[in-house]
Amino acid sequence: MVSENSRNPKVDLAFRRKKNAEEMKHQVVSFALMIFLTIVAFITVGYDGIDEWLKVPFIVLLACIQVIFQLYYFMHMNHKGHEGPQFFIWSGIFVTFLTVLAFMTIVWW
Amino acid sequence: MSTLARKKGFWPTVWDYLTTVDHKKIAILYLIAGGLFFVIGGIEALLMRIQLAIPENDFVSAGTFNELMTMHGTTMIFLAATPLLFAYMNAVVPLQIGARDVAFPFLNSLGFWLFFFGGVFLNLSWFLGGAPDAGWTAYASVALNSPGHGVDFYILGLQISGLGTLISGINFLVTIINMRAPGMTYMRMPLFTWTTFVASGLILFAFPPLTVGIALLMFDRLFGGNFFNPALGGNTIIYEHIFWIFGHPEVYILVLPAFGIFSEIIPTFARKRLFGYTSMVFATVLIGFLGFMVWAHHMFTTGLGPIANAIFAVATMTIGVPTGIKVFNWLFTMWGGSIRFTTPMLYAVGFIPSFVMGGVTGVMLAAAPADYQYHDTYFVVAHFHYVIVGGVVFAILAAAHYWWPKMFGKMLNETLGKITFVLFFIGFHLTFFIQHFLGLMGMPRRVFTFLSGQGFDTGNLISTIGAVLMGIAVVVLLINVVVTSVKGEKVGADPWEDGRSLEWAVASPPPEYNFKQTPLVRGLDPLWIEKMEGKKGLTPAEPLSDIHMPNSSILPFIISIGLFIAAFGLMYHNDYSWGVPVAIIGFIITFGTMFLRSIIDDHGYHIHKEDLLKDDNGGVQA
Repeated sequence: MVSENSRNPKVDLAFRRKKNAEEMKHQVVSFALMIFLTIVAFITVGYDGIDEWLKVPFIVLLACIQVIFQLYYFMHMNHKGHEGPQFFIWSGIFVTFLTVLAFMTIVWW
Repeated sequence: MSTLARKKGFWPTVWDYLTTVDHKKIAILYLIAGGLFFVIGGIEALLMRIQLAIPENDFVSAGTFNELMTMHGTTMIFLAATPLLFAYMNAVVPLQIGARDVAFPFLNSLGFWLFFFGGVFLNLSWFLGGAPDAGWTAYASVALNSPGHGVDFYILGLQISGLGTLISGINFLVTIINMRAPGMTYMRMPLFTWTTFVASGLILFAFPPLTVGIALLMFDRLFGGNFFNPALGGNTIIYEHIFWIFGHPEVYILVLPAFGIFSEIIPTFARKRLFGYTSMVFATVLIGFLGFMVWAHHMFTTGLGPIANAIFAVATMTIGVPTGIKVFNWLFTMWGGSIRFTTPMLYAVGFIPSFVMGGVTGVMLAAAPADYQYHDTYFVVAHFHYVIVGGVVFAILAAAHYWWPKMFGKMLNETLGKITFVLFFIGFHLTFFIQHFLGLMGMPRRVFTFLSGQGFDTGNLISTIGAVLMGIAVVVLLINVVVTSVKGEKVGADPWEDGRSLEWAVASPPPEYNFKQTPLVRGLDPLWIEKMEGKKGLTPAEPLSDIHMPNSSILPFIISIGLFIAAFGLMYHNDYSWGVPVAIIGFIITFGTMFLRSIIDDHGYHIHKEDLLKDDNGGVQA
């Protein structure tokens, strides 16, 4: 993006500034959310009133949300031109999920 | 350096092929190596059929039969079908998308040499104490109890050739995503490119499980591991799951490019646009996805329980839907077309009913309760040979005739081609149709002989006669290749005269840079569009300028030799003291060469505009 624009001095600076500000806002919001989720995770582990069987899937769920924040807001997967990587990442997650699910449910020991 | 400055002669040619990074030459290497392994696998099949021709035969021993059966399956899947398809992918896909080469020419060469040395390693087992004998699946419970080094050859050989396949798959993914000519959107890509793309994606996701599975097996056999040893807390069923998580997508890795080949041949010779292009693409992608959800149908009888069996049975039957879409699309493409029955078209027409029969028995096998009856009988053998021979091998033979002029600049003889088709088609149905009934009558697969008087005698004899016919067909094809190479006439860019996609717009064989000017793609079947507008060539997308080319390199060959040597060391390290040092030397060769590759700057060379202007052949010329 930078190199593309550095070639053209006539680029709409006002538009870019607005865009950057918007992105910064998203990043700050998702950063705050991530810290909040981390605190929630710590509280979950520390609090005795919740059953173990609920704690583990809940924390795994929080972790998944954090990974999505990380990929989409901090690693810019929400930008245009990332359709290919997105497709392959989600396909890979899908295949892995199926494999793990099958191993946890139907492989007898 | 251009084509003009090339040395000719035997050893320069050998050196040229050892070091080449040109996708068209690598395609020829794949074709030769894959063809060689195809013949070896075929001979193994014939030996098995001779053994089974009459009851209580003693042509080969039970042990040798197991080796033949294992090596036939392994060779045909990993060393014949996959590389032969890679040959066509290499020869055609960069041309079809209007690229000058694949994304990583060096890796392309590395992928070939890894596959080749893996295959050679595996086949050396015949001369070094016996071939693997645990079946092409090498189920852990069988493989761990196999004496000698046969299964070790399987494990290490497939590990090396699997690396090659994975590298090539990634290379095609990157090539198709990044190297398409201007205007070549995803929904304008020819179907062979699309199926290559999806098959490469399947390779990306399916080969790692295989690598892990046989790596664990390697630890169990060579390094004292116990992953699959139930006596020490391991689980032998896990290997079966891991293997089939790879193994089922592997079927689609083979058959999707085959579908792609027929989707090119049928519109060309029906002289009609492919019917339902969008639904063909959709069906291809859907088959790719569903391919990962069905692996346990290979394991219905291992005791997964009724719920798991039911889920996998339904998922398996679902695959019939996109495949059915494809079959009807091919039929509708032919419907109303002005069909020319050339040799490739004959294979395409023969493929549809043959493959549908394989599909129907597939749905039968997918019904889990019925599968308890069919399991491990010749019914299964008949089913998967109808799918793989009727689908993949027909496609490989059809593509050989279809793209031969593009790869070598000469047409294969049509008369001999049609004789090959008739012999192969009759031989194929004679061999495998009767096996359905042998299976239903209860003949188990993977047995080296049978008693007379059980009703198996006539069926097996017919089957053997069919196999001999297929063997003769392949010999006729080889004669055809020799005759064509010696006598054949040079052909132009579009020898079938009805070419639709970009590969028919460049000279046969194409110049090393493929396209003098990158073409502008204006729709599906770009060459056909230009022809319909009365133009002789493609519309160029850029002015004529210098072309950047990669340098040849011997390094991929040396990297592969290193692993080949290391494999011997690893295999014998329990028997001889030289094992570990040899393994270390091999790895030093491999990683040292990789290091050299990293530190030596290699910027390639340019073919200059002036040389291109002098060179009248090729470029964007019809």
